[in-house]
Amino acid sequence: MPQRIAVQANVQPTADLLSELVAHLGQNRTQLREEWARRITESVLLTAMTKDEIFAEATSVYDNYVEVLETGSVEALQAYARNLSERIIPRGVETHEVVGIVLLLRDVLARSLFKKYQADFGLLNRVLDAYEPAANRIANTVAVGFVQERERIIRQQQEAIRELSTPVLQVRERLLILPIIGIVDSQRARQLTEQLLRGIRSNRAKVVVMDITGVPSVDSTVANHLVQTVEASRLLGATVIVTGLSPEIAQTLVTIGVDLTKMNTVGDLQGGIEEAERLLGYDVTSTGRLAAAHGDRE
Amino acid sequence: MLGDDELHVQIRSDADVVLARQEGRRFASRLEFSSSDLTVISAAISEIARSILEYARTGDMHIKLAEKNGRVGIVVVARDEGPGIRDVELAMQDGYSTSGGLGLGLPGARRLMDEFELRSEVGRGTTVTMRKWAR
Amino acid sequence: MLVPILRQGPYLIASIQSALTDADLLRLRDDLVEQVGRYRSRGVIVDVTVLDVMDSFAVRTISSLAQMIKLRGAETLLVGIQPEVAFTMVQLGLALTGVATALDLEEGLSYLDERDKGGERVGGR
Repeated sequence: MPQRIAVQANVQPTADLLSELVAHLGQNRTQLREEWARRITESVLLTAMTKDEIFAEATSVYDNYVEVLETGSVEALQAYARNLSERIIPRGVETHEVVGIVLLLRDVLARSLFKKYQADFGLLNRVLDAYEPAANRIANTVAVGFVQERERIIRQQQEAIRELSTPVLQVRERLLILPIIGIVDSQRARQLTEQLLRGIRSNRAKVVVMDITGVPSVDSTVANHLVQTVEASRLLGATVIVTGLSPEIAQTLVTIGVDLTKMNTVGDLQGGIEEAERLLGYDVTSTGRLAAAHGDRE
Repeated sequence: MLGDDELHVQIRSDADVVLARQEGRRFASRLEFSSSDLTVISAAISEIARSILEYARTGDMHIKLAEKNGRVGIVVVARDEGPGIRDVELAMQDGYSTSGGLGLGLPGARRLMDEFELRSEVGRGTTVTMRKWAR
Repeated sequence: MLVPILRQGPYLIASIQSALTDADLLRLRDDLVEQVGRYRSRGVIVDVTVLDVMDSFAVRTISSLAQMIKLRGAETLLVGIQPEVAFTMVQLGLALTGVATALDLEEGLSYLDERDKGGERVGGR
């Protein structure tokens, strides 16, 4: 007959075991939450938060955790994890901390189950078999929720930084200044070029001063992007003056053999603006001359 | 000619080159492409359609929606039964052309698109498959 | 699609109205090269504002047009290239070197006027 008992044991529905588990977690809610919060502090996790905050969040996570075990649905937990992430990411909570606390809870609960069922090894095994997959799913949901939220925030910030990092400024009629600061990769070069071309068209610019003083390094890829920006601007009828090529960058460019003969370069931004005004200034004098011609006729 | 999720253009004359790039642009505009991307797609289609016309005289172009790893985009498949390309590597080099043109068609299209694949068999024909992903 | 060519003083203005086939482009080139001599024009403006793409054939044809017109003693100016089109052209490696450019027709005309007065010019070279 032992054969039969084993079979019976195996077919004992997981649902029954889970509800027993839920009851156990419900009964020991206070003690287990406290134990968990203590372990979190001990492990130096969530250091950006106060003790009370940790306990409040631990309570919410605990209740959501029990709910998942009870209903099998992770939706509420997912929503809570997103909400929690949104609140704690700006405070500098790291991914390893979130993964760490979820694993701690898993450990705290497993230990309490072990203590409760240690007399009946067979039952303990079955309870753990029911508990493990659910616990893994919960840990996964919380960690993935956190990482996704973090990625969303990073993407948002990248967008914002990109927009901010390439201002196209009109300093006087028909003259734009494009100060480039920071690292230029292919994507940024592309965005910068698109922004400049739109700026040239909407401001009817004739001269652009592109200042690269703030670009830390220029390799052949960056140089080629800059050449493309200059060429595209010319196709819209605008002359680009490049300023701020440091001695190091000038050396690099010559050494790697980038052809910059198409580029109109001036030492610094001030010189670039003077050169631009000289180019544009001709327009002013010619208009003056035109007016004089009209005057002569009258 | 314009189906819901697939576009087919036969390339037989220079008017079809214009048609292919216009219809291709319209097809791509239903996805979230920037106007620069649409122009880039249109130019790449134009280059490939013209290379069909120049080397094989006739061919077919199919434009479909594409999906990979959660990204959406378009895939352009251009096929001809022309003479084929003997040295694919050489044909992909800037400035190389056997028809006296600028020789920018194939390498140019490759630069414009995100993915580009060329298969050719001498005497059997050439297939170009290229993709562009929406942001 | 026929491209209308207008005469404005010493200049010819070809303003493209819609997408052109290769044959249309070649015809435009031949017409301009012929008319620049007939009217003894000093400058030719090709307005491409309506074009939403310029591929290598279009660029090659316009380059050769500009060279032929130069041999006939006039200068060609390409105006109205859209930002996206310019961006795509440089990515294709088609920078149209040797052909002067201006933002639009108005800019193009004032550029040619300036030039004919013998002044130094700004932009577009």
